[in-house]
Amino acid sequence: MLVTGGSRGIGAACARALADDGWAVALTYRTSPGGAQETVREIEAAGGRATAIGLDVNDARAIPGALEEATAALGGTVLGLVNNAGVRADDLAVSIEDDAWETVLDTNLTAAFRLTRQALRGMVRARFGRIVNVASVVGPRANAGQANYAAAKAGLIGFTRTAATEVARRGVTINAVAPGFIRTDMTADVLQNGALEAIPARRAGEPEEVAACVRFLASDQAGYVTGTTLFVDGGLSA
Amino acid sequence: MSTTVTPERVEEVVYGALESFGADPSEFSRTVTFEELDVDSLDLAELSQIAEEEFGVPLKGADVKGIRTVGDAIDLIVIRAQ
Repeated sequence: MLVTGGSRGIGAACARALADDGWAVALTYRTSPGGAQETVREIEAAGGRATAIGLDVNDARAIPGALEEATAALGGTVLGLVNNAGVRADDLAVSIEDDAWETVLDTNLTAAFRLTRQALRGMVRARFGRIVNVASVVGPRANAGQANYAAAKAGLIGFTRTAATEVARRGVTINAVAPGFIRTDMTADVLQNGALEAIPARRAGEPEEVAACVRFLASDQAGYVTGTTLFVDGGLSA
Repeated sequence: MSTTVTPERVEEVVYGALESFGADPSEFSRTVTFEELDVDSLDLAELSQIAEEEFGVPLKGADVKGIRTVGDAIDLIVIRAQ
């Protein structure tokens, strides 16, 4: 199982939950090797198997090598992938600079495509695979100031649906989760701005609550669930 | 790697792949079409991957779209390997 952006937040929670479910986990990090190593230590302390891999998901040429490194570290073909790495660069559409648009689309959407394309090679051959894309409630829903992020996440959901239909007959499932406001470093500023009042549950979600859904979608029990998006948003999109 | 690629070896690998896709070996020949074997686009993508792994021949999507018969695929792999 390869989890991108696994050094903190939702990615780290996913890595822990999946390891707890018996997956050997390779988690990637870009800027936080310390966080990645800490997650690895936590998993190992709980009796699981994990390794940390440095990867800038926007470096297309590095992706095959990262999959190979994960394959070697995990002792077999990577049969699970959680595309979690993501960035924000918020601004009104009228003000978004080209580089802010491209960075967000590249990291949140294009990198997920490239990793999925690479991982599918082994999964299709193995007649088994689990891919979970971490999308967002932003995309299906509007959120002023995040047009680039919304475009990327909506694109990720569209990609999930179509790619899932292409490989379903090979035992490979591709699904998405769409978190709402989750308590992470990435949302700290948003949650301070009164966003909770708009959430029916009147609270932010926890990374572990997203990870529980990812864990289910990656499980054997979810073998007939593919191409769908599971919202984890306290009712925000209801 | 390319020096060991013979049409016979490619045919053997291609037939093996087709069988793994669920095609009926009694129908295998160089003239049979993939459509007749009920081999679809995902199967062909996997066949490309197998050819790359076995013979070091990368086949792109555009290459594969041009082939109709099993013989087309064998010839393409042999030519690319030379």
